[in-house]
Amino acid sequence: MGKRLGIPSALLYYVYYPFWLAFFNEIGVQVVTSKGTTKSILDKGVREALADACVPIKLFFGHVMELKNKCDCLFIPRVVCLNGKTIYCPKFLGLPDMIRHSLDGLPPIIDVRIDARQGRLSKLKAFLEIGSYFGVGRNIVFKAYCKAMLVLRRYHRLLRKGLNPLEAMEYLENPNNKKLTLPPQTNLKFAVLGYPYSIYDSFISVNLLDKLKNMGVSVLTTENINPLILAWQKNCGLPKRLFWTFSDAVLKAAHYLFRRGRVDAVLHLTAFGCGPDSMLNKFIELEAKQHGDIPFMTLMIDEHTGEAGMTTRLEAFVDMVRRRKEVSPCQN
Amino acid sequence: MSKLTFPRMGESWRTFKMLLEDLGNEVVVPPRPSKRTLDLGVRYSPEFACFPLKILMGTYLETVEMGADTIVTSGGVGPCRAGEYAMLHHKILKDLGHDIKMIVFEPPRLQPFNFIKNVRALNKNRTSIRGIVSCIKRAWRKLVALDNVEKLSHVVRPREITRGTTSKVYRKILEWIDQAYTTEQIIEAEAAASKALRDVPQDTNREILKVGIVGEIYVLLEPASNLEMEETLGHLGVEVERSMFLTGWTRDNTWTETTEMMTVKEAAAPYLPELVGGHGRDSIGNTILCAKRGFDGMIQIAPFTCIPEIVARTILPRVSRDYDIPVLTFFLDEQTGKAGMGTRLEAFTDLMRRKKRMQKKQLTLTG
Repeated sequence: MGKRLGIPSALLYYVYYPFWLAFFNEIGVQVVTSKGTTKSILDKGVREALADACVPIKLFFGHVMELKNKCDCLFIPRVVCLNGKTIYCPKFLGLPDMIRHSLDGLPPIIDVRIDARQGRLSKLKAFLEIGSYFGVGRNIVFKAYCKAMLVLRRYHRLLRKGLNPLEAMEYLENPNNKKLTLPPQTNLKFAVLGYPYSIYDSFISVNLLDKLKNMGVSVLTTENINPLILAWQKNCGLPKRLFWTFSDAVLKAAHYLFRRGRVDAVLHLTAFGCGPDSMLNKFIELEAKQHGDIPFMTLMIDEHTGEAGMTTRLEAFVDMVRRRKEVSPCQN
Repeated sequence: MSKLTFPRMGESWRTFKMLLEDLGNEVVVPPRPSKRTLDLGVRYSPEFACFPLKILMGTYLETVEMGADTIVTSGGVGPCRAGEYAMLHHKILKDLGHDIKMIVFEPPRLQPFNFIKNVRALNKNRTSIRGIVSCIKRAWRKLVALDNVEKLSHVVRPREITRGTTSKVYRKILEWIDQAYTTEQIIEAEAAASKALRDVPQDTNREILKVGIVGEIYVLLEPASNLEMEETLGHLGVEVERSMFLTGWTRDNTWTETTEMMTVKEAAAPYLPELVGGHGRDSIGNTILCAKRGFDGMIQIAPFTCIPEIVARTILPRVSRDYDIPVLTFFLDEQTGKAGMGTRLEAFTDLMRRKKRMQKKQLTLTG
């Protein structure tokens, strides 16, 4: 007991951190995170990770480096599949191995494998395994798991109301703060498609969300759309779905948004060298071609992305969409 | 009548052509990837799609020009991107205004109906099931023959006395196997071909390095995509053992009786216990197996942005240290030049040779 568990604030952090936090708090393990991305974290990651890896992976390396002296063990689960249908990117599957075999001086890594395709209780089993690592009884783990599930549900409900993950996490962490401040609705609404770990990491996405907000644009992301709606969508006319959970969700979101999303423009944020995105981006682009009434732009980020370049592109895009919106009622 | 085409992967096209023609189809043979293929492919493919997708895109566009209107290709269930490539190719071709039909073979064990439907669609002659099976058997034998001859050429090439003889002979014997039709003819052609290769004048005293090649299957199998790396290495006096052949691929995954009494999967388990798609785990497992067999070095080749191989590449330095075997990695894309690769290979060969001599010297001193 009394062990400090390190959770890097990257990749799946943005999707499952409230769940993990609630679970570990409940079984009496102290959780340490690496906080937000900084320049030094990115630099560390870039130095340690393979040059050909994508930025999010490099960032993850950086976050692990940041954490490694501040905790007694690291939590890097091998998340293979959580919904029984789609898996995660191969880099996620090999993540614990990549970390273990390329960084030195690491504390022990908890790399429990979570694969929902191996039976209904496999997720619970994975967490029982984690519990046994800390020497916690099965009953306590089961209770913690159920409680964490409730927290996750609340978290998802907050996301659907239009909060972004960081805001939602903050709201969950301060139970006294009863007033929920929803983002204001403006007359321009953009959909920002992409993976949560690059959109919400304000350092690597060069403050994309805040920038849009300052320009008077309200933002809709994949996480804000009800998963049930997404599950109903077709795959933009493709015969089979994309294999990867995040890409599948984004493609379905694109399908939905282009048809009845009531958004003024669609932005796709992608990381340089991202494998799944190379295909996903093309599919969205081809879909956008068929829906000429909704402008579409791709933004690519990497470790060298400059603030000014991004701002210029965004400003130009927002101006054009705004002008178009002002003009189009006159034409009809 | 519809004209069929299929992806080109090394010399395997000879087999697929025979098989599809046996079933009564008209076949457009995909041309060997050239500069033009690449230009076409790069122009219409997404920038970060891997090299095989771009080459195939170019090849398809070229075959469409030649009149093909149906593409037979493979699917997959992930996590490697290649499983979705048929979809992407189809979408891009449609977007370019080509009305192409795709026949995509998914893994028959998971989707048996898809398999039966596709075979029926390809079976223009209405051959009986037994007929189809015998056609496939014959095609398989041809594939085995092609692979065996290629393997032999890798052994002979570094030992040849006049540089380039092996390649010349090899090109000639490919035609022999290509022309063989019945199983007996194929076996006969293979025997003659092996004999012709062995008859290449060889220098038996030469110091030969042994290098294993691992990596992604397409760039391994298509010499045009890896810039004839095996030939270059052969001319440098390196005997190459490629970890993957089209015929060996299925066998290797189930085969426990390697000389080390462990499968590739078992060998890789301490480093990468998870299947990361593509051939990431095989790359690691084969590196370990080759190190145990006393190879002088390993070369990993992968297309740029290949996800599984990036995972493998991140872990390989540790394997290299643990087993004391040099590993060189090439990430290939349309920018890779033959001269640059040649220089790197030469330097790598020199280092390996030096290491080998040092070890020998130490042995003689202590022994």
